Amino acid sequence: MADELVSVTIEGATVSVPKGMTIIEAAKQAGILIPHYCYHPSLPSPAVCRMCLVEVEKAPKLLPACVTTVTDGQVVHVNSPVAKKAREAVLEFLLINHPLDCPICDQSGECELQDYTFQEGRAGTRYAEYAKRYNPVEEFGPDVLYVANRCILCTRCVRFMDDVAQTPVLNVSERGDRAFIGISPEQTLDHAWSGNVVDLCPVGSLLSKDFLHKARAWDLDKAPSICPGCTQGCNISVETRDEVVVRLKPRPNLEVNRHFMCDYGRLDYRWMNRGDRIEAPLLRQGDRLTAVDWDVALDALGTLVRSAGSTVILASGRASVESLGLVRRLAGSGRVTAAIRVPVGEEVPLAGIPNLALRRERVPNLHGAAMLGYGQEWGAALEAATRADLVILLDLQLGDDEARVLAPSAGKLVVLGTAISSIDRTAELVLPVTSMAEENGVYVNRDRRAQRYHQARPAPGMARPAWWVAGEVLAGQGPDRDAPSTAAEAFDLVASAFDAFAGMRHADLGFSGRILGAQAGAAR
Amino acid sequence: MSAAHGHAAEQGHEPVFVGETLAELERRFADYPTKQALLLPALWMVQERRGWISEQAIGEVAQVLGLTPAYVKGVVTFYTMYHTHPVGRHFIQVCTTSPCGLCGAEETMQAILRHSGCGELGATSADGRFTVIEVECLGACGFPTPVLIDDDFIESVTPETVPALLERYR
Amino acid sequence: MGYPHPSHPKENPVLSKHFGDPAARTYAGWVDRGGYQGLRKALGMSREALIEEIKASGLRGRGGAGFPTGLKWSFMPKDDGKPHYLVCNADESEPGTFKDREIMRWTPHALIEGCALASYAIAAERCYIYIRGEFTEPWQVMTRAVEEAYANGVLGKNALGSGHRIDITLHRGAGAYICGEETALMNSIEGKRGNPRIKPPFPAVAGLFGMPTTINNVETLAATPHIVLQGAAWYKGLCLGNPKSTGTKLVSVCGHVQRPGNYEITMGTPMKELIYDMCGGMRPGRTLKAVIPGGSSVPIMTAEEAESCITDYEGIVEKGSMLGSAGMIVMDDSADMVYQIWRLARFYAHESCAQCTQCREGTAWTTRILERILAGKGREADFQLLLDLSEQMTGKTICVLSDSCAAPIVSGIQKFRGEFEAYMSGARRPALATAL
Repeated sequence: MADELVSVTIEGATVSVPKGMTIIEAAKQAGILIPHYCYHPSLPSPAVCRMCLVEVEKAPKLLPACVTTVTDGQVVHVNSPVAKKAREAVLEFLLINHPLDCPICDQSGECELQDYTFQEGRAGTRYAEYAKRYNPVEEFGPDVLYVANRCILCTRCVRFMDDVAQTPVLNVSERGDRAFIGISPEQTLDHAWSGNVVDLCPVGSLLSKDFLHKARAWDLDKAPSICPGCTQGCNISVETRDEVVVRLKPRPNLEVNRHFMCDYGRLDYRWMNRGDRIEAPLLRQGDRLTAVDWDVALDALGTLVRSAGSTVILASGRASVESLGLVRRLAGSGRVTAAIRVPVGEEVPLAGIPNLALRRERVPNLHGAAMLGYGQEWGAALEAATRADLVILLDLQLGDDEARVLAPSAGKLVVLGTAISSIDRTAELVLPVTSMAEENGVYVNRDRRAQRYHQARPAPGMARPAWWVAGEVLAGQGPDRDAPSTAAEAFDLVASAFDAFAGMRHADLGFSGRILGAQAGAAR
Repeated sequence: MSAAHGHAAEQGHEPVFVGETLAELERRFADYPTKQALLLPALWMVQERRGWISEQAIGEVAQVLGLTPAYVKGVVTFYTMYHTHPVGRHFIQVCTTSPCGLCGAEETMQAILRHSGCGELGATSADGRFTVIEVECLGACGFPTPVLIDDDFIESVTPETVPALLERYR
Repeated sequence: MGYPHPSHPKENPVLSKHFGDPAARTYAGWVDRGGYQGLRKALGMSREALIEEIKASGLRGRGGAGFPTGLKWSFMPKDDGKPHYLVCNADESEPGTFKDREIMRWTPHALIEGCALASYAIAAERCYIYIRGEFTEPWQVMTRAVEEAYANGVLGKNALGSGHRIDITLHRGAGAYICGEETALMNSIEGKRGNPRIKPPFPAVAGLFGMPTTINNVETLAATPHIVLQGAAWYKGLCLGNPKSTGTKLVSVCGHVQRPGNYEITMGTPMKELIYDMCGGMRPGRTLKAVIPGGSSVPIMTAEEAESCITDYEGIVEKGSMLGSAGMIVMDDSADMVYQIWRLARFYAHESCAQCTQCREGTAWTTRILERILAGKGREADFQLLLDLSEQMTGKTICVLSDSCAAPIVSGIQKFRGEFEAYMSGARRPALATAL
């Protein structure tokens, strides 16, 4: 029976867990982290690092917590003298050949060898007079370096490529203390999901060339976010140093991306740092755009919207549910055409994980947009724009062809934009809005899962979220105006206005999102 | 590139698994439920025919068995009898593990190094005739010192019998 | 018989009776010597009765662990519809052990007979005999014998006319001591690195190719036809010591004895008789110093322990060591124990598969410490360090390779501490020129 529960006592805490669960996972339920290296919840367990050895009462010797399953009435000691001594020994063995180059190692500060050594390792070495093992640094692939000297042979990277990517391009070569992670000269680590080996590496042995020497881990600020790369909606962390995004990392969500993200999503972040930003609202005065304050700009926007008999909204699929929803409401109930542009690419699944792929549609909020009435007939929408009274561009970087089609729309164009674009010159109003890295918001992924992302860096200049812009105009001027002041309020406003979101509140979304239409609590 | 770890490439690799060799391999598929199980036998077939296993040969084995070159290489480097570099015409393995070591294996090995012209372990003699390596336990501890020359297993070699023994291998 | 020496009266040649007799290698020669009668009889029995017979004989695994063979066979699932496999472990690589080599070289049909018998017992249609790569001659002999066995209807889809299919495939290793560990061996057959697997699952549940598998040593399998033919009671009666150790045992004796070789003794024979009577004792002027009785992986015994030891599973445990594979390394007073222990540690460092941390790093580290001591740079603290490391290399890893490295180190320090101290104090000249 899958649901059968057993009771185990780990470090004095008794927990009820499903039969068949490993001790290491049961310990997590009890709030206890059993130190480990080779174990990873998304990989098969080889039980080779021997770091997670624990004392189980009545067992003749220490047992690896990563592969030993719980039994009813089991009593486990993680911090007994014998278990601690065994871990101290594993650390000592791992360190005899590990260089003490933490000062120049990218992993420093987020290194599990460093952490556990600090926590419970020996203060000094007993391996003083011998040379450490030396192997040269190798380039495994376009973005992955292998620093063999730091390798602790946990084999997570090999297992990821073998069992998850199902493209075995890495191996353990040689044996004994001469062993290292190898690759065939006829192959390279260029799999579309290969960057995950860098995340999986518990030490600084596998490094991202993109991130090489860019920042110390302790200087990074991390914001939980959603990958804007495609409709999968992988949970990520946007990591900044001094307010500059320096890397994206996957954030576990067992329902969406487990512990992984693809290289396309991982490496597509430079646009978040663009310096050529619209920093102030610009209002057309004669043949010039003049910087104005928000009050003036919002009044102007209100006037334009109210006087338009027909409106076309052309939006980016990176715009949030809040922004798309309130901008759509702003356009009113007249003749409105709303569309998002959806760049497409090849679908690249991660073979070993069901329902995880870099998706064909390379925007994060395609499904949210659809629920808010945004179509995908981009050519038709562009064409409609030429005939509309008002055209609103929402965070769109237009290509030359698109700009040419829109040229006749000059004089009836409102740009809610991030980066400066040539089309701005023909607009009546240009309003600086935030990018997804600079705001809180919600995306809906391909499985109708609404997921929150958080602000990772400050907005430039006077930029505001597009939902704020629309919300201010919609609220009007009166004393009882209730413009949303947070993304949460904006979301609830949108949810109350659009049937597809009916019954959902921002507070329900939690850390791992919620599937629209599902009962509250049905999806975690 | 993994050249740093010194696996040699081969100039102009001629495929091994063609004709009768391929047919022999394919006949053996019937003895196992997976093709992968033929990996060690296939590597032996390469080494028997070519004397060593080059990067290109690894690629070829990977292809005929539906594996990747990296996978095959991980296996090749696990087993010490597969040569990842060309060796002399006659490959000499001398057991020096404890039981033989007790009975003079070290001296026998020195004699072999001297008479073969190899000078040091792992080296190939200038005439390309011999490569000598020290090997762990050959499983004939009652007959010190056992020596494996190519596929010939010779028991009870002593420094005195080395010159005549090597004469048999031109 | 104590091949290559004539049989000694104190031996009890059952398996070794035809060692050295080339005629016994052929099918015809084997049949002339009574071969294949045991198999024929076994094929006429029910599987259950056959397994019961082996159980009743008290036969225990001859590869090192000493697990009761009949009990192991009985773990195989019945009528589960899956293919079953028998694997014969002929990867004999334990330093000091060379008995399986002789069985295969001289009596290949004895092994084939045992394999076929066990295959039938566990309902396996295929048996793989995994022969270490270095055994070129046994490989050739076995290859010929298997061909002959097929040609004479012993093997194939109707083995000896029994209606049962029994196929034997020889599989050649390629240089890896660890492949003698049963799960590593199965990985090796599957075309993988010879990494030992985590247990459970045990081979009888999920072994070779994930199917129920029994794996037995060469000597174990070769003994089974004799048991079937002559009866469990006969085999059980071959016992001079503890009744839990029955039958005959091939003991490979090497090192400093006058007549090294394979001696087939009745279980329970005093080790003193083996060393002094059968093997002729030490060379003139030399005295016994130490014995490693069960292949290099077991604790070292002193001369006193060895001379008072009964050679069977329990008798050797009583003296603090193990029968193991019965590869007996004998050392006289000329042996340098520190050097020998270093040489063993080096062996294990060379053979570690690299999976478990303690083994991968520990075997190499202890080797370096011993090397340093031999170079005259040892110090008192090295004892504690070696013992600490040995403790952490024991009972902590997937297989027992690192335990095997630690065993001689711990027993060596306990029993021959003075020899280490002589290197540390400079009383003994360095045996190695350079350590680091």
